[in-house]
Amino acid sequence: MISSDPKQVKAICFDRIHLEGQTGLEVARKNGAYKFLPTVLKDFDSDHIVDEVKKSGLRGRGGAGFPTGLKWSFVPRNTGKPTYLLCNADEGEPGTFKDRDIMRFDPHLLIEGMIMAGFALGVKDAYIYIRGEFLHEANVMDAAIDEAYAANLLGENILSTDFSMNLTVHRGAGAYICGEETALIESLEGRPGRPRFKPPFPAVEGFYRCPTVVNNVETLATVPAILEFGGDWHAEIGVPNNTGMKIFSVSGHVNKPGNYEVPMGTSLKVLIEEYCGGLQHGTVPKVIIPGGSSTPWLTAEHYDTPLTYDAMMKAGSMLGSGAIIVMDETADLIALTRRLAHFYAHESCGQCTPCREGTGWLERTMNRVEAGQGCKKDVEVLNDAAEHMAGRTICALADGASAPILSLLKHFPEIVEERLMENAE
Amino acid sequence: MSEVEQVHFTEQRLAEIDALVKKYPSARSALLPVLHMAQEDFGYLPMHVQQLVADTLGLRLMIVREVVTFYTMFREHETGKYRLEVCTNAGCMLNGADELVQHITKSLGINVGETTSDGMFTVTEVECAGACAGAPVVQINNEYHEKVDASYMDAFITKVSSSEEGGQV
Repeated sequence: MISSDPKQVKAICFDRIHLEGQTGLEVARKNGAYKFLPTVLKDFDSDHIVDEVKKSGLRGRGGAGFPTGLKWSFVPRNTGKPTYLLCNADEGEPGTFKDRDIMRFDPHLLIEGMIMAGFALGVKDAYIYIRGEFLHEANVMDAAIDEAYAANLLGENILSTDFSMNLTVHRGAGAYICGEETALIESLEGRPGRPRFKPPFPAVEGFYRCPTVVNNVETLATVPAILEFGGDWHAEIGVPNNTGMKIFSVSGHVNKPGNYEVPMGTSLKVLIEEYCGGLQHGTVPKVIIPGGSSTPWLTAEHYDTPLTYDAMMKAGSMLGSGAIIVMDETADLIALTRRLAHFYAHESCGQCTPCREGTGWLERTMNRVEAGQGCKKDVEVLNDAAEHMAGRTICALADGASAPILSLLKHFPEIVEERLMENAE
Repeated sequence: MSEVEQVHFTEQRLAEIDALVKKYPSARSALLPVLHMAQEDFGYLPMHVQQLVADTLGLRLMIVREVVTFYTMFREHETGKYRLEVCTNAGCMLNGADELVQHITKSLGINVGETTSDGMFTVTEVECAGACAGAPVVQINNEYHEKVDASYMDAFITKVSSSEEGGQV
């Protein structure tokens, strides 16, 4: 059970996750699912819900950290067009695996969050865009949605109110870029996932040019608790401007990799040492990628950084989706950077020249450097290509592709130098 | 191509597609899900299957082709009966994925991207599967296998190979 005392809250999205049989509606209801939904549908109105979410300080958990209530408030009313709610369950950022656990262990939490969000936004049709590889998770969600329809929690006149909403699971097919919200919309329209220019933002012109809200799984799964206990309650958890709990997906060289939901503001070091059982080798990490592979690297000097959007930015990186990849002294940073360069080259959608060409340059150059066939000029090539990609494209994939390269060159020039010298000899 | 193979969706599948199309503002949105269905029914998506999908949804073949070639999960060529897709991205790489790929390809006697001559196994490297706590992750025909090591893969390969010989699978 989630505590009504913000200081006592142990989990929000993962509150029921370890309970057996939680994917089934009966068990989920016994454990509190949909308990507060009738109150929301009968006693709350749209403005009140958006205000509570604004007050809560909830920021988008998918990576950008944009305030959720504010995003919702951008949706124009009475346009004569339908408003769509899309749940972003594409979860493709290397290192991220939190949404998968919400969906496979507590699908009704996400459904409840989507009903509440849909009600606030006047949505008739909502979709969960789930990455194609998550077939099991899509099946779990589908089964839970069927149960919800049968129990009058979805469909026409939900719980005998005037509110009606449909919810459909839609599988992607293996394209990282579809996690970018406008690419996701393109994909949901049956096209290749190529990001759109913004503006217009999806809130105004999104799915089939209609007002559309795209929210991450964890974001939507937080909504039921915010409405039940109040925006002020949520704002008391964590630290100012970085409120609430957050799930961190920790992987790499830690003894107990996994998802950990902790109050925002917990330090990186506490998370790794107290929750994840410390490092596989040594006591201080060599590199920490704090928010998924697209975020700049941190090194030992930032081991104490609090896990907040603001502190991570101050440390020169980003909290991103909360995907923390930890590397100890045994990591081959050149091989890792080369592998990530391959990833971005493979996943570039190809529509912007700096990204399409740049990611290829980065990959080919890193291949050369790793194979010991590089030359000194390659450092220049990498820097030059990376700097001419970031910020010069429609979406942020190019920035993500630059991050590992620039991080390697900034923090570990000697490792690159050494590899190049081996070749010179 | 001298002769184009004729393929059809079953009645049941067509009913499913009809119901699916109604869930979207436009039939085109059903393209990815219908391609998944077609791949499930026909094993992969050669040109005549893509044409079938195009005809079923009332789309031009070019629209379908553009989508098939953009998304990595859509396969235009036949693969082995068991697709061993090893994630070699960051989290898995840091936990031995490259060594695992080497072990699998060596024991099957093929390179990455190839299929064994008996048509049983295809090995590929894939991007982050979104299950990094279980690194290294191997997807076998859309099913996740986590914390996989060489002996796990050996056992799997032996198991399916022997049951195949006995005609049980």
